[in-house]
Amino acid sequence: MDIHALQQIVHKTRDARRKQTIPKFSPADRDQLIHKYHPDFRASAYRPIRFGPNAGDKTVVELATLLEGDSPIQSDSDLTPHYTTDVLVVGGGGAGCAAALHAHGAGSKVILATKLRLGDSNSVMAQGGMQISVAPEDSPVTHFIDTLKGGHMQNDHALLKVMVEDGPAIAQWLIDLGVLFDRQADGNLHVKKGGGSSKPRLLTCSDYTGLEIMRVLKDEVINQKIQLLEFCAAVELLSDDEGRCAGAVFKDLDNHRTVVVAAKSVILATGGIGRLHIQGFPTSNHYGATGDGLCLAYRMGAKLAHIDTFQYHPSGAVYPEQLIGALVTEGIRSEGGHLVNAKGERFVNELDTRDVVSSSIIRECEEGRGIRTMSGRVGVWLDTPLLDAEHGPGTVEKHFPAMMLQFERFGIDISKDPVLIYPTLHYQNGGVKIDTNSETDVRNLFVAGEASGGLHGRNRLMGNSLLDLMVFGKRSGLMAASRAASMQQGTLTLKHLQRFRAEAGKHGNSSGVISPMVLPAYTRKVG
Amino acid sequence: MAPDDTNVIDQPEVLKPRMVTIEISGKKYEVPEGITVIKALWYTGQEVVRGAGCLGGFCGACATYYRTKDDPKVRTCLACQTAVQDGMSFTIMPPFPARKAIYDIQTLKDPKQDLFNLYPEAPLCRNCNACTEACPQKIDVREGVWKAVFGDFKSVSEMFMDCVMCGMCTPVCIADIAPNLVALYVSRAQGAHFAEKPAGLQTRIKEIRDGRFNDEWKKILKMSEKELADHCATVK
Repeated sequence: MDIHALQQIVHKTRDARRKQTIPKFSPADRDQLIHKYHPDFRASAYRPIRFGPNAGDKTVVELATLLEGDSPIQSDSDLTPHYTTDVLVVGGGGAGCAAALHAHGAGSKVILATKLRLGDSNSVMAQGGMQISVAPEDSPVTHFIDTLKGGHMQNDHALLKVMVEDGPAIAQWLIDLGVLFDRQADGNLHVKKGGGSSKPRLLTCSDYTGLEIMRVLKDEVINQKIQLLEFCAAVELLSDDEGRCAGAVFKDLDNHRTVVVAAKSVILATGGIGRLHIQGFPTSNHYGATGDGLCLAYRMGAKLAHIDTFQYHPSGAVYPEQLIGALVTEGIRSEGGHLVNAKGERFVNELDTRDVVSSSIIRECEEGRGIRTMSGRVGVWLDTPLLDAEHGPGTVEKHFPAMMLQFERFGIDISKDPVLIYPTLHYQNGGVKIDTNSETDVRNLFVAGEASGGLHGRNRLMGNSLLDLMVFGKRSGLMAASRAASMQQGTLTLKHLQRFRAEAGKHGNSSGVISPMVLPAYTRKVG
Repeated sequence: MAPDDTNVIDQPEVLKPRMVTIEISGKKYEVPEGITVIKALWYTGQEVVRGAGCLGGFCGACATYYRTKDDPKVRTCLACQTAVQDGMSFTIMPPFPARKAIYDIQTLKDPKQDLFNLYPEAPLCRNCNACTEACPQKIDVREGVWKAVFGDFKSVSEMFMDCVMCGMCTPVCIADIAPNLVALYVSRAQGAHFAEKPAGLQTRIKEIRDGRFNDEWKKILKMSEKELADHCATVK
């Protein structure tokens, strides 16, 4: 049957579904559902890490292999610096730009190095919005509680308190830089309700929130004349005699030259790991999301937290083939879009947390109530035309122009036809353990954004990532700058690498895997 | 569970893709029909470092020129968002050396007038519309440049919300304007100088500064795990 015939079930059942209310799962039912269907609970996909700061902890095989991997740098390499700076920021996404701007603003000399172009990141793709408690009926405490519930009560309380309290000032900073958040008629910030939140709290810029913020931050980094090293991939960190972080080694992807940067403090803002395609999942992540920062920090001796939990965004496109893995924003569900199985039935409260919604979609598909494409992929319908039916014609086009355009390119009008979706690998809930200043176990090594761990517990709420980036980007930038102002540049060594190699040797590590991965191996080996 | 054959989307082209001939930077290759331009590069064994970014149509890294069979017109697209077709010829656009003005957005005195100092070429638009035709995001770029020059910053900021900064409007401009950069300046000026200050946000910032939530924090942060979980359960 072709897609249009199968879509009819969605059109036919729409009116009946609109009268339904689907209750949220009880805590016990949620737990049962997640344990049975969420990919985080597939034991076969996990293994213990054999050595290093997290020895014995389990994570997905793909990540464990990279964490145990060897550095591409020789232990006796020439470490004469090509550049010297106060603060070195690695990563050019939201956290990296925020860190660089704040460190620069605090008077530090800053170098921002990034594997691809300035701005290439998951941040630019964020559509749903940014959670900040600005509404009168809302409060930072309620934001804290909602996030804690979403994170299965495993969130680091200190990090979380800092994030929700710093939020409003961050919104002000962005507005002062010229970010255009959606407004109400009275000039106040317009807030939308996101999955798992008790109050409307999402600040949005149409469905281009990340793009709008990143356009402005990139422009500001250039206006401030912050020194950039683009197409430079970090491949190793540097330590000083006392084991503090003192710089990094890069590979210039244009000419394959090794570049050494000496820095008094280093901020890793390298993002997530979607492009490792763990458990074979498609991903919504950008090209460079290969978890490089985790490998670098781990070799240096920093402990990781919650690296056994990942977020599978409930709605990744399954059809057409060209859009597989691409995100279908949660905003559609926030505005009332239904999830519908092959029988035309709703099966979950669409505004439940992402792990619950993803698990229930996987359940529908595994129990045979999904829609299978001829390429073998399975999904369920997301009733996008419902938004026009509910809120008036033109709603989808007005509220979701990015999505409209994305599907229109392949001849699909999502305001008229439902789209087929399945969970896509979206976010790394854990990462390098940090304190409220964004500092790791390794002195002078800071981590901000998706590469850091602890804040989101075992599941991140929609819209909390953009806030995380800005808050901990700012905190890491200010702290790294203040640290740099009070110290001398340390001598550059690779002592941590010698130690790591000795430990790897004891565990007979001869996998031959070199990490970080830098870019995914998509190039087909021809012939 | 056996898949239910009544719930199958018919996509024979995916099961057994038809091969098509395309031309990448002047060299011919056979690739499966319907894959994206960027996937065609990978399929033909080419490493992509420059020219790939978000792979989701948001970052503008993969600005591409292409031409289809029997059509002399050179068109523009985002390589991650465009399917190849038989006879298509394409090449990824290198970063174009556009001039970006440097400014301090917060201390601008008269942003509408400053536009003419920062981008003096902006009023020289000759109305040719090449920029609009080049835009993969379907923005009416020419109209945007005109509105910027006439000081309608609000409209420009709304029109360019979709702009992914691919820069394809720039090399085609006969007046050497970089419309995306003009629009970025205008949008930032609109946000920083002309948009209303949100009163509720100011109130919340002050509340936090004045410690309005301190008692509530104290209560919550000293709860046991069990008490906290019970308290959380009451918040719907």
